[in-house]
Amino acid sequence: MTARATLATAYRVLRQLRRDPRTVLLLLGVPMFLLAVVRWVFDGQPAVFQRVGVPLLGVFPLVSMFLVTSITMLRERTSGTLERLMTLPLSKLDLLAGYALAFSVFAAIQTLLVALVALVALSLLDLHVAAPFWAVLAIAVLNALHGMAFGLFLSAFAHSEFQAVQFMPAFLLPQILLSGLLGPRDQMARPLEIAAHYLPMTYAFDALSRVSRTSVLTRELALDAAVIAVTR
Amino acid sequence: MSARGDFPETVGDAASNDAVAAAVDVRALRVVRGDHAVLDGLSLRIPRGPVTGLLGPSGCGKTTLMRTIVGVQIVAGGAVDVLGLPAGSPSLRRRVGYLTQTPSVYRDLTVRENLEYFARVIGVGRAEIEATLDTVGLRDAAARITGRLSGGQLARVSLATVLLGDPDVLVLDEPTVGLDPLLREELWSTFHGLAARGHTLLVSTHVMDEAERCDEVLLMRDGALLAQDTPAGLLATTGAGDVEGAFIALVRSVSDRSSA
Repeated sequence: MTARATLATAYRVLRQLRRDPRTVLLLLGVPMFLLAVVRWVFDGQPAVFQRVGVPLLGVFPLVSMFLVTSITMLRERTSGTLERLMTLPLSKLDLLAGYALAFSVFAAIQTLLVALVALVALSLLDLHVAAPFWAVLAIAVLNALHGMAFGLFLSAFAHSEFQAVQFMPAFLLPQILLSGLLGPRDQMARPLEIAAHYLPMTYAFDALSRVSRTSVLTRELALDAAVIAVTR
Repeated sequence: MSARGDFPETVGDAASNDAVAAAVDVRALRVVRGDHAVLDGLSLRIPRGPVTGLLGPSGCGKTTLMRTIVGVQIVAGGAVDVLGLPAGSPSLRRRVGYLTQTPSVYRDLTVRENLEYFARVIGVGRAEIEATLDTVGLRDAAARITGRLSGGQLARVSLATVLLGDPDVLVLDEPTVGLDPLLREELWSTFHGLAARGHTLLVSTHVMDEAERCDEVLLMRDGALLAQDTPAGLLATTGAGDVEGAFIALVRSVSDRSSA
């Protein structure tokens, strides 16, 4: 693995994104919009928004990076560029690290913007985060990387962009439903509660809901972060 | 090619050191796709230096052979050595260039951005990019988005990324398809220029006429080698008037032998 090939790939991926301003706009704008919508959906129940608001900051990068990664990797495969790259002094790890680097930068910007809107510009959103902000950012980036790894993994099974997009509702939506975002996990049917323990999104949710409640880097938080990091 | 005139002589030296070693040595190669053997016991040697043409109808295994030589094909048996090393060895990755049949470039980047990426991966500088743009005649299109170019231009962007880094062995899968005759002429003289400087070129085509531009041709059919000869030698042994005629004569003589 070489830093040169990794950096070259990251730079190339960011350049490709720059050529597609609409995608950039959607990636950055949609999470802000959705968070605001969620805030007013729970207009009469501020406690509910307080519970799901911060975890949503982690869900957005995860979902968008999942989609972006699975499609770009699929493209890299079907356009023949992947095969071509494999004949060059560049390993698969360089390529993945390059993508990870580029998308992490993007996820950090995405989270920063959403959080800015949530915490500063729209102080009316009334979202409280007890932990330092960098902790939220770090976990959101980890989430993005997790979404990326997951997208990468599933894109290997997709034969077309249609299939890749359908993997989102098939594999991500159930995780979101079971993570505890919709309701406490201990009130779910027992088999679902057990299943949730084996899904990475659950730990992403827990990590972010913990940082919103306490400023101390607890053992549980470290564990959650570790699980997110390992599963990616 | 004047821009690349400062090419070091290392390739020529290496070639004279082990002149006996072929650039590509294929022994009993077997490649299976599904339950069908695409290549079954193929053996051939490609000498260093000249332009070798790989000819045959589409589906005869040309691309599979090329993929094996550059080391991206899973093989079921046999061995392929390139420059004395097993195909796909890490140290070959700077020395072997592979042009895929469909252009493999990033269509959302400009021509120059594509070249910059490949140049960074290979580890060559800006001067090399400029020289390659001239070689493929794309200087005027350098700032254009690759996906909006014509088919011929797109093919040349892909070729440019292969020429970067000046690899010793160039494996080119149908590089002249869909190009206008003038450009095709220029590319063939580029290929011969590279060969004259000690590079080994393997160029596939399904256009039999292009065989006459090669120093040596490999005729393939159904995953097997029909003949390996110079174009003139091919015509002499078969008594045919052109390479297409030679191909037909060879196919007939093979089927006569197998039915006899």
